[in-house]
Amino acid sequence: METLLAIVIGVLFAAGVYLLLRRSIVKLILGIMLLSHGTNLLIFVAGGLIKGQPQFTPGMTDAAANPTDPIPQALILTAIVIGFGITAFFLALMYRFYKATGTEDLDELKEGERV
Amino acid sequence: MILPALPALIPLITIIFLLMNFRRREWQPWIGLTGALLQLVLAVYLAVHIKSHGILVLHTGNWEAPFGITLVIDSFSSFMLILTGIIAVSISIYSIEAIDRQRQSFFFYPMVHGLLMGVNGAFVTGDIFNLYVWFEVMLMSSFVLITLGGEKKQLNGAIKYVTLNLVSSMLFLAGIGLLYGKTGTLNMADLALKMSLAENNILLNTSAVLFFVAFSIKSAIFPFFFWLPASYHTPPVAITALVAGLLTKVGVYAMIRFYTLFFVQDQLFWHPLFLWIGGFTMVVGVLTAASQYDMRKILSFHIISQIGYMIMGLGIFTVAGIAGAIFYMGHNIIAKTNTFLVAGLINRVKGSYDLKSIGGLYKTHPFLAILFIIPAFGLAGIPPLSGFFGKLVLISAGFSAGEYVISFVALAVGLFTLFSMVKIWNEAFWKAQPDDKLTEAPKDEKLPFSMVLPVVLLGLLTLTMGFAVKPILSFAMDAATQLLNPHIYIEAVLGNSINPEIQ
Repeated sequence: METLLAIVIGVLFAAGVYLLLRRSIVKLILGIMLLSHGTNLLIFVAGGLIKGQPQFTPGMTDAAANPTDPIPQALILTAIVIGFGITAFFLALMYRFYKATGTEDLDELKEGERV
Repeated sequence: MILPALPALIPLITIIFLLMNFRRREWQPWIGLTGALLQLVLAVYLAVHIKSHGILVLHTGNWEAPFGITLVIDSFSSFMLILTGIIAVSISIYSIEAIDRQRQSFFFYPMVHGLLMGVNGAFVTGDIFNLYVWFEVMLMSSFVLITLGGEKKQLNGAIKYVTLNLVSSMLFLAGIGLLYGKTGTLNMADLALKMSLAENNILLNTSAVLFFVAFSIKSAIFPFFFWLPASYHTPPVAITALVAGLLTKVGVYAMIRFYTLFFVQDQLFWHPLFLWIGGFTMVVGVLTAASQYDMRKILSFHIISQIGYMIMGLGIFTVAGIAGAIFYMGHNIIAKTNTFLVAGLINRVKGSYDLKSIGGLYKTHPFLAILFIIPAFGLAGIPPLSGFFGKLVLISAGFSAGEYVISFVALAVGLFTLFSMVKIWNEAFWKAQPDDKLTEAPKDEKLPFSMVLPVVLLGLLTLTMGFAVKPILSFAMDAATQLLNPHIYIEAVLGNSINPEIQ
């Protein structure tokens, strides 16, 4: 399972970086989103994949036997919320950029440099 | 005791008051200024308090140290908190007149305090994931501040700024994940304890490198600085001064904290790397600045160059080196913010930041010339201003540690910095006003008092740091001694819960 997830994380990062290098801002945002998903999965896997029962649930017979660590999940939850806010901001930024320039091509950014 | 949480709580309460009075635009600057003043007073009180009582620790929610989020204030943190307070007050006064009403009524002040909350939170936290959250608070506010107003130029700069900072956040988060997977803790003190015992294995190195790249992007170090000059010159100058003074230094703070507290195993690899990178950062920043003609761009490239000095201090890794880096940070935050504010004053008078189209200011505004020359020569390191002593401590630490190359590089870069500052001086103050380039509308010749006051105050601080160098330097020495003896920090945080057999 770890190997499979490691490959998935690698693919997510590679795809994210590829999209970051494209010219369109929409693809840039998609790239950021893929990177953040890859990072979340990385935390999940790094926290250890243990086949066990969730903590603190009724019917949990032996609390010491292989409990799943809840911390990485809490971290991921926080990271997802932050990522959500940032994506919303970035989409709004892209919309304003599109309204101001009439394009979503990143090569147009060079025009701004010279101003 | 709630004391360590207050640096983050005061801006939060200020934001609440600002939002409650959102429709009363004329109240906004004053509420903001009150919040900033409270913050400065608190920071000074905290510094006095920890001087007599030792490191302050708060276990939030009464969760014992390695489990809950711990807030820690040691000398280094409190030094940074005071600087943040000073910048907060200056920007609050400056922006009364410098920020237009449109921006003031669209959440300028709440966002400034959001940024301050993130910065203060990053300085007080003792938990790496919490540090990530504060970084995001700070970044989110800075994103809004940089785009506030929505001019085309600002949006252009913001896209680069946002993208690269988000990539750095992802790397930071990935580093945290790997480190947690290996050590099973997020508390900095606990990490330091566990990692001093752990074998130096691959996953620790992986996360060390991830953190290094993440903080390098945030603090604009040599191969990762490109977002900074692309975006810092676009927003109004009060906003630039705020982010230029504080944000990159938070990255440097995190780097110094991480690489003195727990990534201390592989020193043979890291310290030469810091010295190399520091040297390149200094040289590239200062040489690129020399070719620019927009004042804000020159100053932006100088931010990069001066970050190099701080990294050099970390690379030397002696008490004097780290103390030099801390002192230099203090000097740089004040002087750098001040030069940007003066650039704003020049723009107010002449209506342009372009050195080619302005001139003759010495004749018309001699007082402005004095205000410029203090922070500018401070940055270049002319005695008796603060920058001279910062460089003196760093370079003599470099010589006594036997790092001759970097010390000579630092000396040479000082000369080039002087060249850039003299260039602004020549072009803006001495040269006659080029007739053909008169900007369309000559701006109001009289500078508003609220814009001059913070510049004067910061200038006086630069002078004070130069003349009263001893107490400040000894404070920095204390902070550096604490940093280089991590067991003080660890014992303060973990207290009696340290396993006796590990000790």
